[in-house]
Amino acid sequence: MGEAVVLWRRLVGAQIRSQFQYRFSFGLTIVAQFAISFLDYLAIVVIFHNVPRLAEWSVQEVSFLYALSCITFGITDLLIGHFDLVPQLVRNGNFDILLVRPRGTLFQIVASDFQLRRLGKAAQGAIVLVYALASLHVRWTPWRVVVLAASIPSGILIFSAVWVLFGCIVFWTTDSGEFTNAFTYGGNFLTEYPIDILSAWLRRFLAYLVPLAFVCYFPALYIFGKPDPLGLPRFLEFMSPVVAVAACAVAGLGWRGAVRHYRSAGG
Amino acid sequence: MIEVEQLSKRFVVRRGRLRRERVVVDAVKDISFQVERGELLGYLGPNGAGKSTTIKMLTGILVPTAGHISVAGLTPSRQRIELAKRIGAMFGQRIQLWWDLPLIDSFELLRHIYRVQAERYRTNLARFRDVLDLGPFLQTPVRQLSLGQRIRGELTAAMLHSPELLFLDEPTIGLDVVAKQRVRDFLIDLNRDDGVTVLLTTHDLGDIERLCERLLVIDHGSLIWDGPIAELRERYGDERTLIVDLEEPAPPLAIAGARVERVDGPRQWLRFRGSAAELTARVAASARLVDLQIAEPDIEEIVRSIYSSSRGPAGAASP
Repeated sequence: MGEAVVLWRRLVGAQIRSQFQYRFSFGLTIVAQFAISFLDYLAIVVIFHNVPRLAEWSVQEVSFLYALSCITFGITDLLIGHFDLVPQLVRNGNFDILLVRPRGTLFQIVASDFQLRRLGKAAQGAIVLVYALASLHVRWTPWRVVVLAASIPSGILIFSAVWVLFGCIVFWTTDSGEFTNAFTYGGNFLTEYPIDILSAWLRRFLAYLVPLAFVCYFPALYIFGKPDPLGLPRFLEFMSPVVAVAACAVAGLGWRGAVRHYRSAGG
Repeated sequence: MIEVEQLSKRFVVRRGRLRRERVVVDAVKDISFQVERGELLGYLGPNGAGKSTTIKMLTGILVPTAGHISVAGLTPSRQRIELAKRIGAMFGQRIQLWWDLPLIDSFELLRHIYRVQAERYRTNLARFRDVLDLGPFLQTPVRQLSLGQRIRGELTAAMLHSPELLFLDEPTIGLDVVAKQRVRDFLIDLNRDDGVTVLLTTHDLGDIERLCERLLVIDHGSLIWDGPIAELRERYGDERTLIVDLEEPAPPLAIAGARVERVDGPRQWLRFRGSAAELTARVAASARLVDLQIAEPDIEEIVRSIYSSSRGPAGAASP
């Protein structure tokens, strides 16, 4: 495990060094990412300009959701966003190269890239988080701090699991990955808003099937001490880390199945 | 080194966009062969004959549908990672080097992926740098390399961890004559001096003629030849071709002891056995000749004649 981390750092370090060769374009894309992501936030501000509350949620609370979603999704994108390239890898046969190396395929893909410019989104999320926390007057308890601190790594793992799991589908469809994007980028968009504004079937889908509600919604309810407008069981508010680990286990199994399929069907 | 017994691979392909139809393709059908340590072996066949599928099963990329494989004492499909440490693979049309990084960085990363000892890495790299003349472009990003330079880089990448067995899929594809020769010399050295077993698939008959003593030929998933090249030539290669240029285009010539294989304007190709002098005299008697030349059989032609004579029972040509 430790050796794998060292190797990951080496592989990713080499990528970062090569990205720095084009400093100007690198800087430009970071700024662009930051700005584009800021437009998303602007949408929220515009909505609250017209309505004082969205369901039971104030602008500060939604800002908090938005920020948490941005940070976790931004970091996930940074770590494994290049999973979007898996369809290409499967179609042009370069996935074979990974299979003749003495390392796991999932590891090799994760370590194959690291787009530092994607930091723009996470950075913007961090700024909004500071604003939201400063204006929210949360009554902090030790448990609330723990839930907030745990929500970020849990959120990253949940997003990663969704990303990997839906990425597995291309091994069967050899599609371009549009379907996966609907769940990854689309999922990111949904987590920016409180799920109780969504229709019931979509809420259940997010809470139980694709567990994106555990990225922001449940931790936020606990931190604000807000009664769940949906009346879902309270213990769910603590379940993000458990859900994260379970989601990763499912994703790992899904990946194994996908690779097994590739090795018997030849991609 | 390699043992293959009754190996088969069947794919189920779905065709069509809307009404999907299941089509079963037998890419490899019941092939068996053995390779001794230190052999340099050619694996030949037309496109889609099953060459790549075989290599993919030998390297552990694909799981066989039926049959048994042992490579370096391991079962590729089940011991993929164990096997990967001991074999090298290079696929001429795939890129295993890091596109945006300098060549040397790719080697450095592979060294860690394969856990190559620092000492051995230095020795190997120094050697390949000399033999393949990598020095001038070691610091160049891979995307800026010429094809020949990149292939030399790929070969080095496949050999850095000192594998006992090297799989090369079309290693000289697209290379110019000089670059081809360099790659071939390198493979010969590797095989002779280090005893590396090499299995080579190629379209390039020059590769086979210069490198390999033994040849496997596969067609439609079945092995149709396994034996020395010399014997193959002896058995199928006694027909020669007389190429004649006539004064003007003419219908195919009717000459005893020869048959016209091809006509292209005033030029005709005649296949024959025995004396060229007699045939030439007969041709000169029946048409006005401008020029002529005689082509010795090359392997491609020999392979074609195995194909045509093995259309009956598959594998019947195997000695």
